[in-house]
Amino acid sequence: MPQAKQNPLTFQELVLRLSNFFADYGCVLQQPHDLEVGAGTMAPETFLRVLGPQPYKVVYVQPSRRPADGRYGENPNRLYKHTQLQVILKPPPEDVQELYLRSLEAIGIDLRQHDIKFEEDNWESPTLGAWGIGWQVMLDGLEITQFTYFQQCGQIDLDPISAELTYGLERIAAFLQDVDSIYDIVWARDPQTGKQVTYGDVRLADELQYSVYNFELADVDRTWKHLELYEDECKELLAEFAGLMGERKEAGKKERAVDEEFPAHLREQIRRFPVLPSLDLCLKCSHLFNLLDARGAISVTERVGVIARIRQLAVGVAKAWVAQQAVVGPSPSAVGEQRLAAAQKV
Amino acid sequence: MADFLIEIGLEEIPARMIDGAEAELGVRVAKLLVDERLDPGDAQVPTFSTPRRLAVLARGILDKQADVEEQVLGPSVKVAYKDGQPTPAAQAFARKVKVEVAHLKTVTTPKGEYLAATVARKGRTAQEILAESLPQEINALYWAKNMYWREGKPERFVRPVRWMVALLGNEVVPLEYAGIKAARRSRGHRLLGHDFEVKAPSSYAAELKEAGVLGRRERLALIRKELDRACRTVAGARWREDKELLDTVVNLTEYPSVILGNFEREFLSLPEEVLVTVMRDHQKYFAVEDGDGKLTPHFLAVLNTSGDPTGIVGHGHERVLRARFNDARFFWTVDQKHPLRERVDRLRNVTFQKDLGSYFDKTMRVQKLASQISQTLEDAGVKVRAGIVHKAALLAKTDLTTELVKEFTELQGVVGGLYAKAQGLDPAIGDAIYDQYKPESMEDAVPRTSEGAVLSIADKADSIAGMFALGLIPSGSKDPFALRRQANGIVKTIAERKLSLDLQMLFRDALAGYAGSEAEKRFIVSVQSGEGRAHLLASLVAFYRERIEFYLREAGFAYDVVNAVLAAGAHDVVDAEARAQAVAKVRESEDFGAISAAFKRIKNILRQAKETGKKIGDALDVSALHEDAEKALAAGMQRVAPRVRELSLKWEYASALAQIATIRPAVDTFFDKVMVMVEDERVRANRLALLQALLNEFSTIADFSEIVTEGK
Repeated sequence: MPQAKQNPLTFQELVLRLSNFFADYGCVLQQPHDLEVGAGTMAPETFLRVLGPQPYKVVYVQPSRRPADGRYGENPNRLYKHTQLQVILKPPPEDVQELYLRSLEAIGIDLRQHDIKFEEDNWESPTLGAWGIGWQVMLDGLEITQFTYFQQCGQIDLDPISAELTYGLERIAAFLQDVDSIYDIVWARDPQTGKQVTYGDVRLADELQYSVYNFELADVDRTWKHLELYEDECKELLAEFAGLMGERKEAGKKERAVDEEFPAHLREQIRRFPVLPSLDLCLKCSHLFNLLDARGAISVTERVGVIARIRQLAVGVAKAWVAQQAVVGPSPSAVGEQRLAAAQKV
Repeated sequence: MADFLIEIGLEEIPARMIDGAEAELGVRVAKLLVDERLDPGDAQVPTFSTPRRLAVLARGILDKQADVEEQVLGPSVKVAYKDGQPTPAAQAFARKVKVEVAHLKTVTTPKGEYLAATVARKGRTAQEILAESLPQEINALYWAKNMYWREGKPERFVRPVRWMVALLGNEVVPLEYAGIKAARRSRGHRLLGHDFEVKAPSSYAAELKEAGVLGRRERLALIRKELDRACRTVAGARWREDKELLDTVVNLTEYPSVILGNFEREFLSLPEEVLVTVMRDHQKYFAVEDGDGKLTPHFLAVLNTSGDPTGIVGHGHERVLRARFNDARFFWTVDQKHPLRERVDRLRNVTFQKDLGSYFDKTMRVQKLASQISQTLEDAGVKVRAGIVHKAALLAKTDLTTELVKEFTELQGVVGGLYAKAQGLDPAIGDAIYDQYKPESMEDAVPRTSEGAVLSIADKADSIAGMFALGLIPSGSKDPFALRRQANGIVKTIAERKLSLDLQMLFRDALAGYAGSEAEKRFIVSVQSGEGRAHLLASLVAFYRERIEFYLREAGFAYDVVNAVLAAGAHDVVDAEARAQAVAKVRESEDFGAISAAFKRIKNILRQAKETGKKIGDALDVSALHEDAEKALAAGMQRVAPRVRELSLKWEYASALAQIATIRPAVDTFFDKVMVMVEDERVRANRLALLQALLNEFSTIADFSEIVTEGK
């Protein structure tokens, strides 16, 4: 019946169009974070970049793993690993909603032919100590995007805040292609032969095998051990960093950020300190927790406790990042821009 | 005179908050106009709202405040003149009010004589006042949840403000909020409309309509009309009335229309509860039923656009619903692989409350408590099938481990009940599980069966007792675990099902259920014995007294009747309600009014006696009474008291009260003729003993001194 489906985008065209749209808008086109994460929010490009005062615009695809959501590839609407397209706009432009709607036009959705609603949906992640205010965007009754104004991250109040747009790519592709099963989505179409590769061709095996692993075979004891090892490593790094910052205070330069009298050796130690790897360690813990949860291995007493432990890591990483940035100062290009601006003034 | 318009343009406001904010903004603007003397007395202040705007139109306000003359007080005459000459204080005052010293007046105030001057105060313009004051009013609007969006976080609001229109007559009022300067430019419907310049406040509504946006009332009317129209395409169909859903969709649209969509008939084999939850709660669709009220394979979606000429939108909505229903069916099928009885053990991994342990622990406690309640009720002659209660309690929470409940959490209990039946268990078990969370509000029905009632009461009493023992007692507006609602549920269930259940005993048993558990280590007091336990029980009983009070007040009893009745005992809800009915019936009678007044007097006399250390006889010595009036009162009491006791035992409270009323003449004569507080200590103590006995005998139904009597 509907006519607007003549040449719907393939899954990969959808990724390309949205990426191009936001790249054209001035976003950095990043690659997915190369670790298991439950959502694009957890990748450093969001979790860390929304902290502190530096403006930033970025777009990236983030495969997101949720072990408990796996369905052995049997359910046409559920996936262990789904694909998010994540956009961070810091600070959000005044026309951010209009920008978002234009991105829908860019993927071939003629809004005048559809029913679009912004319905209240606030987002919160107890594990990350993060929350925001926003909507789920409903297109003809389908939730296609989570639109969030981040307010807090790693328990740190944000200023400026960021707008986060999270597109559910499988849902959008299924909508565009008008298919009832995710596995029937056309992922790629060979322009020469017209031969199609479906989502099922590409991903069905993962869904099945990871479901088996996550629900049946992951060794509970070893997974617990992994979690504890990563946690210890992360905690140790954070403690060491806190030690450095303590020395910095000792050096008498209390809360001043970058100071010329600041001992150079300390500043250098802080600059090169591996805060980014400590986030990775924290993310590992988060994923292993989800795995244990899917495995049914987390008891009542443990559950709340483990979430709190991971949050403590996330909060620690966020604080360390903010402190490090304050000492290191703006990024090289931002420094360049400032110099340029100063020179032009003269 | 002019019209004033303010429109605040926002990104989509949450539907649930719009009505409240629209009303509040209207009240704030109206009050500002009155306070600032800009309302000539008959200004009308209609309001508007859509998801993207709040607006107030004030018709016929003054352009300018009236000029007023004010008397300004200066220094006292004593300070103002020295030796007949004006002092610097007087001169300074004269300069301030711009009047020559010689022309200053003298006025007499309670503090003495003061210099004074009459000053003409120029009225300010409405432009100035509105520009200055409205931003504060906007900023003060209440939001259940708000956010920052600008750098430096200067203000919080529900969502970012993106434009503002403020017009007084044809002029823009130069007000600014959240970095947005008010102008003429407004925005229309996102898809149907366009930006436009508001010409004048009076044409705002019409221009808005032109731009594809309807006011709330119009949208409501249009949606109703559209629902009817869409339904007519299916013979005999009608949409299921749903006020809450209507309010929601009205507040999700700027220009609504309705489409009728279809789903595969085979989905109708899923329980109606599941289908309706998916349609209503998840998709905000109206269900369509046939003439017998049975679901038909159709739904109605309210769109935020003018229609769906190509059918694309309807196709999309159908696709989404089909996926949702498929999920539900998938979950239903998967869930049957493990029947409820196999799921009890899995509850060990589901947290009830972090300090109170798992749902497995709760199940064990509730099962025991439910058995105790069953026994109590059976002893009192209520028919309860203890075996059914026992099994239902064991399986009650197992649906929390099912895929269907994980997906549709609002169906907990309902799913368990449906599964129990589908798995061939006694239908009574299914019904009890199904109803275990009922009643969820004062409007909701109580469980249909006595087994369901027992389970519901045990479940809630266990939660309340545990939370109280942790010290998580509701106070003021803080009640994060909705314990008040749960307690209201217990009271309502007991009252409506007429269960004779002593609340104090219920809570003692509920607390005892935690004895020896892990949870007990986290309790603030021991639940097994001692002062701590007594204190805890007392706070539980007090909490319940409030809930019974709430219930009786909701049932329409006057507050003094409720107080009087509960002062005479609040452990048994059914009994308290019966007493309240009896008291409410007689309270208007003349005799009863007089008795209430007399009891107040008796209470006062006894209180004063105690306060002044006067002895009250331990027991009434009838032989020591010598005045006729006191003898008559004692005799009357001794005649009536046994009858009152007997009638009360049979719950015939109205007759009992009628008996009490018969001693009114004796009471009246007593107070006319007899002096209680006489010098003779023995006589006085005996008379006080008589009053005390009277009070004790006749205060078991209600404490009559709590009844408010007219003119006394």
